[in-house]
Amino acid sequence: MPLMMGVEQPTAEAEAEAQRALHICTVCGYCNGLCPVFDAAKRRPRLAAGDLDQIANLCHHCRSCLYACQYAPPHPFALNLPLALARVRLDSYARHAWPQPLARLFANPHRAALLASLMTTLPVCALVSINVPVERLWTVYQGPGAFYQILPWGWMVLLAGLSLGWSLLALGIGLRRFWHASTGTVHSAYEPDAPPEPDAPPPLRRALPALATALREALTLRHLHGGGAGCADLDARPSHWRRRWHHALFYGVLLSVAATMAATLYHHLLGRLAPYPFWSAPVLLGSAGGGLMLVGVVGLGWLGARADPAPNAPDSQRANRALLWLLGAVALSGLLLLLWRETPAMALLLMLHLGLVLALFLLLPYSKLVHGPYRLAALWCDAWERQRQLQAQEQGGSTDG
Amino acid sequence: MHALPPQPDVLVVGGGTAALCAAITTRRAGASVLLLERAPKGERGGNTRHSRNFRYVHEGPSPFSAGAYPETEFRSDLARVAGRDQDPALLRLLIERSRELPDWLAHLGVPLQPVAGGGLPHSRKTAFLLGGGKTLLNALYAAAERLGVAICYGASVEAIQCDEPSAPKVVPRTAAKDVYRAAPKVVHSVDYSLEGSLHTVSPQIAILCCGGAQADREWLRTSWGERADGFINRGTPHAKSGLLRNLLSQGIAAAGDPAAAYLVAVDARSPADDGGIVTRVRSMHAGIVVDRDGQRRYDEGADTASTRYSAWGQRLADFPGQIGYLILDRRGLQVEAPSFYPAISAPSIADLAQQLGLPPLALERTLSAYNAAVSPRGANANEGLLPPKSSDALPLTEPPFAAYPMRPGITFTYHGVAVDARLRVRHREGGVIDNLFAAGMLMAPNLFSRGYLSGLALMIGLATGRAAGEGAARDAFDDGR
Repeated sequence: MPLMMGVEQPTAEAEAEAQRALHICTVCGYCNGLCPVFDAAKRRPRLAAGDLDQIANLCHHCRSCLYACQYAPPHPFALNLPLALARVRLDSYARHAWPQPLARLFANPHRAALLASLMTTLPVCALVSINVPVERLWTVYQGPGAFYQILPWGWMVLLAGLSLGWSLLALGIGLRRFWHASTGTVHSAYEPDAPPEPDAPPPLRRALPALATALREALTLRHLHGGGAGCADLDARPSHWRRRWHHALFYGVLLSVAATMAATLYHHLLGRLAPYPFWSAPVLLGSAGGGLMLVGVVGLGWLGARADPAPNAPDSQRANRALLWLLGAVALSGLLLLLWRETPAMALLLMLHLGLVLALFLLLPYSKLVHGPYRLAALWCDAWERQRQLQAQEQGGSTDG
Repeated sequence: MHALPPQPDVLVVGGGTAALCAAITTRRAGASVLLLERAPKGERGGNTRHSRNFRYVHEGPSPFSAGAYPETEFRSDLARVAGRDQDPALLRLLIERSRELPDWLAHLGVPLQPVAGGGLPHSRKTAFLLGGGKTLLNALYAAAERLGVAICYGASVEAIQCDEPSAPKVVPRTAAKDVYRAAPKVVHSVDYSLEGSLHTVSPQIAILCCGGAQADREWLRTSWGERADGFINRGTPHAKSGLLRNLLSQGIAAAGDPAAAYLVAVDARSPADDGGIVTRVRSMHAGIVVDRDGQRRYDEGADTASTRYSAWGQRLADFPGQIGYLILDRRGLQVEAPSFYPAISAPSIADLAQQLGLPPLALERTLSAYNAAVSPRGANANEGLLPPKSSDALPLTEPPFAAYPMRPGITFTYHGVAVDARLRVRHREGGVIDNLFAAGMLMAPNLFSRGYLSGLALMIGLATGRAAGEGAARDAFDDGR
């Protein structure tokens, strides 16, 4: 698999192509109203490895720039910036992932989804089988605490805590590596006379105000507006659908998280045990979240299948599809569990849903899911750079053209 | 081979901005329209692909420009570069039509880049297309298709056939004036080739929007001689002279200056066509410019405004071999704006000369004469240096030394067809061809035949394309139905 090789050997070819493309973009500049990638490239003219990581993760793969580009194929310059950045971006996920052996194990996205699901579902099944005799699995369980008769609450919390805790640790280490790489070369950009400090990332405290900007941009997907006109979701025609489907999926996940938190409150504060009635916060939030997730999964999957392949890296597409399958399975199994929780199918559905959610946790640092934290980090860094550039211009009165 | 398009009411020749505006406008008025674009689909749109902004008159503030641009100011800007001999009615048409452009384009789904977003070069007189000219083309082609304009790519119009009962059927290729006994009055058919075979279409009205002939080396040679071989075409390779020659041979009146072209200094390593905006060489003032004999020929510091690009383009056309070299040292290299091609660099002037194939001794002598004449503080070197360098005259002494080889990059020609105030094509014997309109760069020499203003070509394409489309639609329905 190309990605397997990519983990070990970063991609001189992908980097060289991204450098070539961004260099042309910096000289041309026509697309700088589409998204922040072009101004960022201008601020980082050296286009070193860390610069490319930053710029590639700043890119939301909106693809408008390919269709706007007079140097795109069939022009002999054959410029395809979205494709070049998609390759660098995917490679950056693999390179910064921690620990590398685990990243290699999960390098093939579809296999990873399957493998992780097995790695989590099988222990769940094993634990359940200790707890419940096989012949009683098909019993109809009802009333408060029904779920915990299948798997005790403590076990659920332990499994979720372990997988999520590990993943957050691994993700944190990966993010830290990415942050060091992507912010390391900015320092000298505004102080050309200052000695270069290649390994000095920005002090977090000074960059904090930019975080608010970055969060706003991330939560609104501001850079999936194509400068206002819309993005090239399928082809040259501007569209807003990818942003909308992504919103559905992302906020669906958030609602599902909120449902879990509401359930925790019910459990600890009110002493009420799941399953909860339909007109309760956990169920309402969870079913809305699951429904939105399904809408988003179907919408994004449809766009992905129909989109012009020219600006898309096949490896990225595979990673997208694998994640959509997993998210779709999580949402669907959750909704079915709600629907059939008072039938003999409940135990199996609970094991499946629990296993899939745990798989999602486990894959957090090793799947397309990392794009979220990495993009937020890139937006943060970019907002911070813009802020510094503005300050430098106000102080020095210098402008860049 | 796919089915040939049906016989249209209106035929539009060309596939750039003017052609699309004409086709959309005519089609909206209810006429059936066929558009014949010479380029294949991937290269459609003429030089609009390389454009970014258009000039437009706006008396008040606009979200797309940094201030007002009143009519009087546009008139004086145009007069400054191109003189005042335009047809006043035509100039009025351009001005009035330009005012409506941002709204009209927005209505068609063409996104403009608001000034408030930052990142744009300061411009009070032009508006920028978000994403550049190709986005404009994509939106206009999509609108044309939506409206039902028949679009045919790879269709090259070879000849216009005019009704002219008293003249011989076979029109001689060379246009000697005495051949003509009477002016042809009406176009009755248009011949075009598509996928190797010749076809004829008989529209009620034809609108010619096929641009200049700057990509036609042979045609350029007739005016520029062998100097034309040293040119690089910055834009579309499809800007050929066939139709223009055909028109002129039938007694159509020419406009503009056949011996003039808008030339810009570009990197000599650029591709033969379509290098566009990124191949410009920009920082002549940061160094010295020598010819292939290693000699300076012009004051590099005289012009530091954006007019320097074309000033150097014209000069390079007269350099021996149409090639020149911008020579910089380490400091000068830092001044040079980012460029597509890397500078050719060497630790010493002799090495650099060798890499460039210049006579090393001559280059060293030129450089030391220059360095001797400038002071280290370097404001100017007007004394003891011929030609002088009137600004940025810093010594070139810090290695590494670097060079950009340059050639004249042809952007457009100033030669087209003459039109009346309704954009109908004029005949040399007087009068107009009633059902033949022209718009865009093909008729732009009626408005300017020297100099250039940023965004003027797109302004003319948009404004005259729409106006010709409206005129054609009116006539089509007056005549026919």
